[in-house]
Parts: sequence; structure tokens; C-alpha cells
Amino acid sequence: MKRFIGFITKEFYHIFRDTRSLFILFGMPIVQILLFGFAITNEINNVDIAILDHSKDATTKEIINKISASKYFSIKQILERETDIEAVFKKGKVKAVLNFETDFSKNLIKDHQATVQIITDATDPNTANTISNYINSILQNYQQEQNKAIQIDYVIVPEPRMVYNPELKSVYMFVPGVMTIILMLVSAMMTSISITREKELGTMEILLVSPIKPFQVIIGKVFPYIFLSVINAVVIVLLSIFIFKMPIQGSLFLLALESVLFIISALALGILISTMSATQQTAMMISLMGLMLPVILLSGFIFPISSMPLSLQVLSNIIPAKWFIIILKGIMLKGVGIEFIWKETFILMGMTILFIGLSIKKYKIRLE
Amino acid sequence: MGITISNISKSYKEVKALQDISFEVKPNELFGLIGPDGAGKTTLFRILTTLLIADKGQASVAGFDVLNNFKDIRKHVGYMPGRFSLYQDLTVEENLQFFATIFGTTIEENYDLIKDIYVQIEPFKKRRAGKLSGGMKQKLALSCALIHKPKVLFLDEPTTGVDPVSRKEFWDMLKRLQQKNITILVSTPYMDEAALCDRIALIQDGQILQIDTPEAIVKQYPKTIYNVSANNMYQLINSLKAYQYQHSVYPFGEFVHYTDVRTDFKINDLKMYLEDANLINIHIEKTQATIEDSFMELAK
Amino acid sequence: MKKTNVIQAEDLTKMFGDFKAVNGITFEVKKGEIFGFLGANGAGKTTAMKMLIGISIPTSGKANVAGFDVFTQAEDIKKNIGYMSQKFALYDDLTVKENISFFGGIYGLTKARIKEKTKGLIEDLGLQEVSNQLVGSLPLGWKQKISFSVALLHEPKIVFLDEPTGGVDPITRRQFWEMIYKAAHDGTTIFVTTHYMDEAEYCDRVSIMVNGKIEALNTPKKLKEQFQVDNMNDVFLKLARG
Repeated sequence: MKRFIGFITKEFYHIFRDTRSLFILFGMPIVQILLFGFAITNEINNVDIAILDHSKDATTKEIINKISASKYFSIKQILERETDIEAVFKKGKVKAVLNFETDFSKNLIKDHQATVQIITDATDPNTANTISNYINSILQNYQQEQNKAIQIDYVIVPEPRMVYNPELKSVYMFVPGVMTIILMLVSAMMTSISITREKELGTMEILLVSPIKPFQVIIGKVFPYIFLSVINAVVIVLLSIFIFKMPIQGSLFLLALESVLFIISALALGILISTMSATQQTAMMISLMGLMLPVILLSGFIFPISSMPLSLQVLSNIIPAKWFIIILKGIMLKGVGIEFIWKETFILMGMTILFIGLSIKKYKIRLE
Repeated sequence: MGITISNISKSYKEVKALQDISFEVKPNELFGLIGPDGAGKTTLFRILTTLLIADKGQASVAGFDVLNNFKDIRKHVGYMPGRFSLYQDLTVEENLQFFATIFGTTIEENYDLIKDIYVQIEPFKKRRAGKLSGGMKQKLALSCALIHKPKVLFLDEPTTGVDPVSRKEFWDMLKRLQQKNITILVSTPYMDEAALCDRIALIQDGQILQIDTPEAIVKQYPKTIYNVSANNMYQLINSLKAYQYQHSVYPFGEFVHYTDVRTDFKINDLKMYLEDANLINIHIEKTQATIEDSFMELAK
Repeated sequence: MKKTNVIQAEDLTKMFGDFKAVNGITFEVKKGEIFGFLGANGAGKTTAMKMLIGISIPTSGKANVAGFDVFTQAEDIKKNIGYMSQKFALYDDLTVKENISFFGGIYGLTKARIKEKTKGLIEDLGLQEVSNQLVGSLPLGWKQKISFSVALLHEPKIVFLDEPTGGVDPITRRQFWEMIYKAAHDGTTIFVTTHYMDEAEYCDRVSIMVNGKIEALNTPKKLKEQFQVDNMNDVFLKLARG
């Protein structure tokens, strides 16, 4: 036991005396959360658009007013002719152009139909889509208001409701994802680097020629990072609640338990990586390429898994982060209890045991 | 509690690091493994400290087999590997504390063993190990290897890259340690350090050239060596090498060690030859062979 | 015939904060000389050498290397000297020929010249069999010899050697020193540091640094007379002991 404590003491010395790792451990999570929360957003606000109104009648004016009154759009320019459209897009001044046909009001009354073109700059397809949809809903809204006055049969009125995230706040999507990545980074990458550093510096040789057992070395290395990861998780949750006002619907206790489970799985992965690397650089590369990238791309963090080709969907199942994000979203946003996420928890536990088993098997007690 | 090595061989791909090595180190002996880089010293050390497994052969350290009882060996040996491998960002004190704890002992328990060594670095005990000079790092590494009173001490090139003063101090410390019932196996590329060992093994390219006491090895040198000096070293070497009867020509400091192929060699013949080559201030006299001479002769 | 000074240092000093790593050293090295620069670890040798090869600016004092001022013409110094050390030698994962090509290119040699030099080097060292082998697979002694030759590719006036023979077997060490003798004989000045005291004897003159200052500077013979010992090792021990 004393051996163990001596080892852990040493590990803490290393961590706190290395300013770079301190920055990664504490600075990065905070920076990432703030970045993702504030700067990166899927919503749109004050998007610049241009209007080309061939009719210039009362109806078009009403519609234009409605659009400019919304916080989503800001009318930057009024165009005079069709040829202006391409010019204004090329200059990048606006993200969308509304093109009202001639005799808009007249056509509406006479034919019960009028056309307005919604032209969006799709160099950013996601935003273009969103803009299109928003404009559409404003138009629908207007239509409904007008139609209340006129009796028309068989109108289907879609009532979209975004459950769990009514305002479609992107921070709700990002927090679980960022938390997963940071825990993965701290636990897996830092642990693997810590172990390979001993190999690289040659101190591992001396540790091997001593009575300390391999599992004591591993646990000694891992222990400080469990501790620090938990602190990080707490900081992230606190930031989410107090700065982003994200409500945590479910049980904090369950959240804590699941987080610890994930941390352990990430640590086990870190150890596994260290058994495959001779140098710190290799460990870092494998952690980044083999862990971080798949996690960002395939865990459902940014890109929905269901939209991916089948082969990638299958692949995403072996990434622990995928299951953890489902669990996180469940607890944080939906407020579910263990009954709903037992399957994912089980899978995560199974993976953790597998990684630990593999690491123990691959841990070398000799230099070759 | 000594070391026995029987027919140990080890290869890395095509490189034969060790070829059929056998010898013994007696208990409490100060034994030197003398040879240049690439001779196989580190490989042998790693096999004896159970860090590598030999391809062939057996070995035992302090009575324990390196293959089957490696855990016991790891409890009872002290190991100082080639380059400085202590924790640079821990202080002198913290390093010593760490190793004492790892070996299940305390600094106080065996302090008398390391006292002579540790007092030299004690004034710096709160300094980070990375900031110590080469000589002090050595002393710290030695203290950490001794803190648990090992039965056998393995020192792999402990004096490489260190200045002559520190080297001398280090060997003085080793001599004192010998009296405390520890078997010591040291490897070094410095031939002059060989003379300080009880017995030595000369090793080159994975093979043992000779094993004996330094005095015995030197006595067995097959030829008479002559110190030759003149006014210009470069010219002297070239002339000697061009001499038809030369057996070996090796610069040794201010002299050249010269051996002749003939048994009835006459100094005057050589002197005249060199004078003809326009060298002046020529001195030629017999001298004793050194370990280095023996090594080079055996390695040829 | 008065030989010119290729290195001239006057009161050269380097401070790190309050600490005087090099404390006002003064010396010269003549053309074609083999100059041994000795001292214990931490005495200031490496710091002094870094100033002379143009990679560290002195705090005060003056120095000229190959005719260039160390303060204002460091880049010119670098172009006109050769440098070899144990740590910085060759690339293990390039072949012998590739290494020569690479360093030749860095020193500004033309392709034709590189080809010529490569041929010469390989012949002189007898490396025909291994010229296309990775340097990493060669024994240390060969690497050192190739390193030295590479440092001379651009025919510099001075070559700085930082502990070039560490760990090498005694026969190869001597072969290496024969290469040094030949280079000196051909007019290249050699500035060498070493921990092998017998190699100190091969030098024309030797300086010994203790705690940032040069405490002895003379031919090995005169130093031994001065300290009444018969080898350089004992000179060193006497000096360093104080």
C-alpha cells in the first residue's frame, strides 16, 4: 500500500510540475466549452437577405415587413432587376434573396396562387436549409393568418414542435458532445502519454527491475487522471448550468455514475494505446487519430448517425463515445432514469471490461 | 551471491548481439565488462536484470534463475541503466524517497550504505534532478540503486560522458561499496578503469576476448611494446606504418606504441629508419603493456 | 613563418541571469593547429563553444572565428566552419550516400561537387560495400568517421569536434585521430573537446576550463612539466581539485 501511495504521489508531482499538461487538463476543457457554447451555433440570427419585388403591392409589402420584423433576418438590399441577384450573391453580401413575381396580390386573389422564389446561398448547405425553412415558416404563418379570414376546406396545418429543445439551441447539442470529447482526451490521451513517457525516458526500465507489480504501476498512473477527469466533468456541467442555462433534467447522481464509467473506459483505452506505443508522439497520434477523430465524426456528436451510410452506422457502434452521448443526452435533456438507458450502460460496461482485459494482457513485463 | 552465465546468445534480426557468452562473477567481486559501444554490454545487462530473454543459454543472479525466478531477482538487485534515468522533474530527495518506497524500505533503513555518496549531493537535495551536473546525477542514480541494499549491483556504463574527476570519485565509491558485501558488475568503455576491477572480461562484437585479472591479462600480452616519440606525431605514425617489420602502430598520448614482427628486434634499426625519414628528437624505449594494448591485440 | 590566428577570443563572457557560465576567457588558435578544449562537465566548455560556432551571442567580450565577428557575422561563421558532435551526427534512416548528398546540399555544394566528394569519401573510408545502406545499421565507429568527413565536405577552415569519439572502440578511435592528423596536416584547424585524456596528448595545445575560466593553456608537454606529472589525466585531476 505504501508503495502505491508513493507511486501516486510521484504521478501528481509530474502532472502539477508540467505546465503544458496542466493547460491541457484544465484550460482546454473550459476553452472548448465556451467556444462551442458561444461561438459555434446552428441557429441563425440577423441573416442578411435581399428583396427583389416585381409587384410592390400591399401583400408583398406586408410579407416583407413580417420578415424584417423577425430577429432572424435583416434586409440588407432592395434589388431592381433579375441580373442583380447573381451580383449580390457573388459579392457575398447576402445569404438569400426573395424574388416576388409580378402581380403578386392579383394572382393570389384571381388564381388562389402566387409565387415567391426563395433563393439561398448554398455554399453552406446547412445554413441555406435553415434559412429556407425559416422563411418558409414565416410565409406559412402569414398564409394562415390570411386564410383565417377566408374559408378553405381541407387545409393541413403542420404544427412543428421541437421536443426537449424547443428553441433549437445548439448548445444543448454540443455540451454532451464536448463533455465526451474532453473526458476522452484527458483520460485516454493523457494516460497513454504518461505511460509512454516513462518508456521513452528510460525510467520504465528501473520500474521493471523492482518489486512493484505491473497492475500497481497501471493503477498508480491512472488514479490521478480519474480524479482530474471527474473534476473536469463537474466543471463542464456547472458551466453548462450556470452560463448556458442548460437545465439538467435527470438525476445528477446517475449522471455522475455514468460519467465515471465512461472515464474508466477511456482510461482503459489509454493504457491499451500505451502498450502499443514506444514514444509519446506515437501515443498522442494514435489518441488523436484513433480516438478523437472517430469520436467527432462517428459518435453522433455533430453529424447524425442515422444519416450516414449503413457501413458507418455499424462502425459507430464500436465507439464508446457514441453510447455515452446517448446516455448523456438522455439524462441531461430528456431526464430519463436508468430504465431507459440500461442497454447503453451495459454496452459501455462490456467495452470497459474488454479494454481493461486487453490492457492487462498486453502490458509488457519485459523490454521486448 | 554471485552471477553465473552459461552459453548466452541473443540476436536482433541479423545482428548477433551476444554469441555464446559464459563466465562467472564471484560473490562480492568488483567485475568489469570492458568493451566499446555495440559490444553487447547493455544487452547482457538487460538479460541479467531480466528485462530481456536470451535466445539460448541460462543465467542466474544471486542464486535465482533469470527466466523462472525473475520476480526474486527484481527484488534483490540494484540497476543503473546506461543513460540517466531518474525523474528529472522530481527533486533529489523526492527521487530517493520514491525508490525507497518502491522497494518497500525507507531512506533511514540503509542510510549507512549510501552515506558517503549521498553527503556529496545532500546540499542540493531540494534541487530538481534534471538540473544537476553530470557527476551529481551519477551519484544520485547510484544512491537510488543502492537504497534497498541489493545483493548484486548492475552498473551499465556509469561513467560515460563524465569528466575524469567525477569518474575517479565514482570508482573510489565503488571500491568502498565492495567492502559492504555487494557483488558489483560494471560495464565501461574506458580501458583505464579496467585496472581498478578485481577481474575483467574484454568483450567486442558479442564475443568475449578474454577473462582474467587485469594484471594477468597484461602479462599475457604476446609482444614487447616500445614507446616511440619524435618531433612530429603525424609523420611518425605514417613512417612507422610504412616500416616493413611493423606489427602494430598505435598512438598512445605523446608516444606511439610500436611492436615489431621480429623477435630479435633492435632499437637502433628503427631509429636509423626514422632518421632517414627526416624525423628528429627520436626516443625509443621498452614499456609495459596496458589493458588497451591487450584489447586491441585480441580484437584484431 | 608566422601562422595566422583562425580563432581569437578576448575576455569572452556569457551570463545567464546572474550566473557567469563563461567568465572572460582569452585565447587564440593558429591555423592548422589541433587545439584541445577541455574541462569538467559544467565548467563552461559547451557554452563557450556555442559562442564560437555562432549559435549563441556572448554577453560581453570579443571573438573572431575564421575572420568573422561572433556578434555581427554569426551567419558567415556558420558557413565557414564544420561541426560534428556525438549528438548531432547523421540521419540513421538515410543511406550513407543520401546523408552526404543532404549535407553537401546544406553546405551549398554543387551537384557535381557532391558527386565528386561522395566518390572520394567512400573510397577513402573503404565504404564501397555499405554506401547504400542505412547509416543506422552501421557500427558507431564508422558513423563517427563518416560524420567527420561530412563536416569537412565544404572544406572549412576550422572544424569543431564536440566529444567525437565517445564510446568508440580503441582501434577506431585511433583511426579517427589519424583522420584528424591528416586534416590538420592539410591546413584545417581542429578545435576538439574530449573526455579521453590520452587524446588530449594528441593536441598541439590544450586549454582547461574550470568554473568558467581558463586555468591552463599550453602544450601537453609543458603542462605536465608545470604540474610535475607524467600524463594529462593527472594534470586534469590536479587542476580541477584546485
